[in-house]
Amino acid sequence: MSDVVEKTLTALPSLLSLDSHSGSTKLSSSSKLGNLIRGITELTSKHEEEKLIQRELASIKEQVSSPNTSMRQMKELMVRAIYCEMLGYEASFSYIHAIKLAQQGTALEKRVGYLAVSLFLNESHELLLLLVNTVLKDLQSTNLIEVCMALTVVSQMFPKDMIPAILPLVEEKLTHPKEIIRRKAVLALYKFYLIAPNQVQHIHNKFRKALCDKDPGVMTASLHIYLQMIQENPEGYKDLTASFVTILKQVVAGKLPMDFNYHSVPAPWLQIQLLRILAFLGKNDQSSSEIMYDILEESLRRAEINHNITYAILYECVKCIYTIHPKSELLEKAAKCIGNFVLSTKINLKYLGLKALTYVVQQDPKLALQHQVTIIECLDHPDLIIKRETLELLFRITNAQNVAVIVEKMLEFLRGNKDDYTTIDLVGKVAELAEKYAPNNEWFIETMSTVFSVGGDTMQPDIPNSFLKLLSEGFDSVEEDRKLKLFAVDSYVSLLQGEPGKLPQRFLQVISWVLGEYSYLRGELDAATVLRLLAKLLDTKSTSSETKSWVLMAMTKVCEGGVGVSVAQEVCETYSSSLDTALRQRAQELQHLSQDRDLRAKVLPREAGSEPLEVDSSLSFLDGFVSEALAAGAAPYKPHHQRQEELAQAKALSMEPYGLPISMSSCSIADRQSPTLLSVSSGLSGDSPSLSQKGGSTTPKLDGVKRVWGRQGYLVQTEPVEESDLVEVTGPLQSPNQQAGADGPPSQTPTLKPTPQPEQEKQQLASSLFVGLGSQSSLCLMGKPEATTQRFRRKAKGPVLSSSTGEQISNSSVSASSMANNLLCNDLLDSNITSETAAPSLEQTPQLSRDLPAANGACAVESTDRDVKENSASLIGDNRLVAADPAPRGDRGKLKDFSAHLPAEFSGLCHSDISPLASNQSLDVSACHVQKEDSLVLVVFMYNSSDDAIPHILLELRSDELEVSCEGDSPVEEARSRSVAVCQYSLTVKKPSVHVEVAGTVSYQLPVGTSQSVQFSYKLPLTSFIRPLTVSTEEYGTMWLDFSHDTKQKLTPICLGQEPLMDTLNVLKKKLKLHVVEIIGMEGIVACRVLRDQPCLMHCRLHAGALSVWLRSPVPDLPDCLMYHCQRALQEH
Amino acid sequence: MIRFILIQNRAGKTRLAKWYMQFDDDEKQKLIEEVHAVVTVRDAKHTNFVEFRNFKIIYRRYAGLYFCICVDVTDNNLAYLEGIHNFVEVYTVVDEMFLAGEIRETSQTKVLKQLLMLQSLE
Repeated sequence: MSDVVEKTLTALPSLLSLDSHSGSTKLSSSSKLGNLIRGITELTSKHEEEKLIQRELASIKEQVSSPNTSMRQMKELMVRAIYCEMLGYEASFSYIHAIKLAQQGTALEKRVGYLAVSLFLNESHELLLLLVNTVLKDLQSTNLIEVCMALTVVSQMFPKDMIPAILPLVEEKLTHPKEIIRRKAVLALYKFYLIAPNQVQHIHNKFRKALCDKDPGVMTASLHIYLQMIQENPEGYKDLTASFVTILKQVVAGKLPMDFNYHSVPAPWLQIQLLRILAFLGKNDQSSSEIMYDILEESLRRAEINHNITYAILYECVKCIYTIHPKSELLEKAAKCIGNFVLSTKINLKYLGLKALTYVVQQDPKLALQHQVTIIECLDHPDLIIKRETLELLFRITNAQNVAVIVEKMLEFLRGNKDDYTTIDLVGKVAELAEKYAPNNEWFIETMSTVFSVGGDTMQPDIPNSFLKLLSEGFDSVEEDRKLKLFAVDSYVSLLQGEPGKLPQRFLQVISWVLGEYSYLRGELDAATVLRLLAKLLDTKSTSSETKSWVLMAMTKVCEGGVGVSVAQEVCETYSSSLDTALRQRAQELQHLSQDRDLRAKVLPREAGSEPLEVDSSLSFLDGFVSEALAAGAAPYKPHHQRQEELAQAKALSMEPYGLPISMSSCSIADRQSPTLLSVSSGLSGDSPSLSQKGGSTTPKLDGVKRVWGRQGYLVQTEPVEESDLVEVTGPLQSPNQQAGADGPPSQTPTLKPTPQPEQEKQQLASSLFVGLGSQSSLCLMGKPEATTQRFRRKAKGPVLSSSTGEQISNSSVSASSMANNLLCNDLLDSNITSETAAPSLEQTPQLSRDLPAANGACAVESTDRDVKENSASLIGDNRLVAADPAPRGDRGKLKDFSAHLPAEFSGLCHSDISPLASNQSLDVSACHVQKEDSLVLVVFMYNSSDDAIPHILLELRSDELEVSCEGDSPVEEARSRSVAVCQYSLTVKKPSVHVEVAGTVSYQLPVGTSQSVQFSYKLPLTSFIRPLTVSTEEYGTMWLDFSHDTKQKLTPICLGQEPLMDTLNVLKKKLKLHVVEIIGMEGIVACRVLRDQPCLMHCRLHAGALSVWLRSPVPDLPDCLMYHCQRALQEH
Repeated sequence: MIRFILIQNRAGKTRLAKWYMQFDDDEKQKLIEEVHAVVTVRDAKHTNFVEFRNFKIIYRRYAGLYFCICVDVTDNNLAYLEGIHNFVEVYTVVDEMFLAGEIRETSQTKVLKQLLMLQSLE
């Protein structure tokens, strides 16, 4: 063997032996590497080592670049360079030589070259491209060793883009006569699968062949691929369950060659691998699980030798048994096995026992009960890792009774902990438990205070956010709510009186916010005192400028009275000239608002936080401003990445805008105004099954918009379901008192108080960790908390939908009329109500409809068809402006059935329900739309309810977003008495919008001579125009690059079964009629078009539980509109 | 899956480093230092496992050397612990045993045979 490898080989035993001196004597004295290693070992300081290595590197550098260096010498130099690299000294000059060595050397030199390359470079290193040819050549070599080496390096690192170049060669090796080659080839493919799964998609059947290979080694290698693939998609490989079971059976029975035995256990690593695969396959699948029961039992029985490796198998076995569909006998045995682990004197086994307990405790909480003593012991174990695992276990068995004890233990651990990762994790868990099970206010606030101080600035930002949200939204009982806030104020005031400089910034921000919002609740607390405390924070050096923003904001809310104002003015003087623009802005705000009491009360009303905010994230209220600016010649907005791309192309001066000075707090003033402006705007009535759809057409831009910004800043979307509920049911559904709370002074608020929590449960403080674990009924496991024990239940966001319709309507009308004068606009927005006061007369209407878009983007004036049908005849004699949406309605007793009048050519096509649009004494106008392959046809029905024929009806349609063309006959029609006239119009989209609207006027002359007209508007979602677009993946690719308008957003995928991506796309396909082009792994591409010629492409990628959706189209605005509909479709699902 | 293998002496000097994940050089040195800090403070009576960032380290001390394998948290601790025990020196051997971040060969005789084949090249 070459001396170089010999040297490396001999070097290690010397390192292995404790005594480095006796070891170093074994190194051959002539070896340069030996000398180097010896030299380094003898040195005492890091500095000397550095000097020595630099010298060494310099000499290596000189030699490698000398043309006289032979390959053999080069090999030796590489080994030394590797050693230096390993010690952390850069030897990048040698990389290229390593590649050269791999290219040109003889087999062994090649080996060293490859080795050096694999140690020096990483997958994305550009020099690696130079290796591709060498690998190609070696793969084709007849020398086994060379093929082996090439495969080895390929499975270690290979440039992703070059995989296709060598893939056929590697595939070919799957049939190589030598098992070692086949084996390495399989692992190379595994590596490819890991870095570029779609590249090896076509060779899945070859993996199956490898699984059936006659050599167990090759089969073992293929299991790595299967484990990966099955983990990603267990459904796809259910048919292999029996095969894996058979393999495991053979292995367990010792059918493999003796070579595979390790401490007389047959192929233990293979067994573990198989058990992991089986666990994935059997999860939530009874029939697959049943196939496995026998072999699992057998495995448990066989693993009896007292050796680590048998325990490894046992552990995997237990995990598998608890993962798959349960079988009681097996569970019993597994539980016993866990017991043995936990009780073991070997610390490693004890640890794994705890881990297994943590894993199974959700299914079998009694198991934890059995091991109480051990668990308590482990809590004080000197090994932190055991302690940590025990806390994890306790976290899972926490309930309302033992929460205090467990949280105390966790906090105790946290105080002594130094590792950031652990802190972040544990702090989150404590916060979760505190919110879920807090026994009383004091405990909750104190615990959270500890969380904030211990968690510091490393913790997840959603912890303070959701804490503030909880405080502001409160919970069911108003009195409790007040107490909680009061206690928070008290405890924070005393904290600030102590040494606030030591508190983390995040905590100071929370404190400032709470004091700003709620310090007035403590009547005896002087505003000036609070202001001084806050001002003290500003003077503290360690306070960050973000925190200062929060503090200034809080001061703005608090400043009151002579002293207060003077404190405020002082602060303003200091900060109004601050270099930090955000601070300066805050200071200015403080200055102005502290002087103008009325303005302040308006801008920052107290208790405004108790109502959920809704934010129009599409910023539609700016539309007017934008169009003005555009008209004035401003450049249109381009998304960030597009700007970046253009920048990169232009290579010009950096035109990047300054970073926005928006900190967590800086939105608060603007947000404050939102509740009155926005929160009442998305009203729906609960009287029809098409509730949400209808809501969509009522307030296109606001409804369905997720609540992203709260008063305390950006809200992390933790509970998407709840959020969407919240959006759906605010507005007129709220009981009158709630609505009054939103718009009137707080004193009017309470009439209906929710029932208080059962008192005894609040009082009951846990005395032990395992309280409540004994009986199944009182159990409170993670993920299914009992509502009764949960203290801080979020306030219900409005009455439940199931309450009777009539009641809601009456509620709404009461509130509507009470606010009618000042909130007419808002009323109109959600008037699903029969409310005469709010119903606009014709004179009012034009003015209103002009005002509305300006105030609120695209809102629509609407009154329901119920109004029309029930009241039009008797109440409203003149023409009315009404709009209806195409959604089906439940009760339509008096409605005339027009469907018989639908033109015959549409009979086979899908059409919307015929909805009445307008009517007067003599004419009822209704309409529906018919979806044709390439067009959308609006069919208008005009029913003459009078006794006289109406000879000339002129129907005019106009729309901003649509192009309307008359189909067939002229729009002038005649309607005979008691009969129906039908008009058809073909609609195409001119300008995409979330909802499009057609306004129409029917004018006619009554025989008596008076000219009459009826106005109506018909609104339909953009989705009616969307058709699937069938393209191939290649076409999709070219189109994608051509399209310039795009939008990106993260949506919440739908999770029905194992494949959230597939499920989500199916829903979108069904609801929006999209065409799914292809699904590759976690990514999917989808295409659609708006009628004939406006394509839109969608790319979605599932990552970390969220669906990143990217839409592109040549048509401006289309991606945004479609994104909106996707979001709605998923929310409604 | 194995993320990296490290062999360090008590002073934290690297004796062998093999990475199965992409890190840049600074990151590697930082990891080496962190692993050293985490592992050396542990008592002999402690477990052979440590949580490390989002992974876990399974280590074993042989005389003055710490053999550390960093793996995913879902991996079987004991299996890798025995894996360490099972593996013999030098990079060549590592390559024969571990490939693409997974245990490939566990038969020592086979590894030896492969080594002998390499030797026969001389």
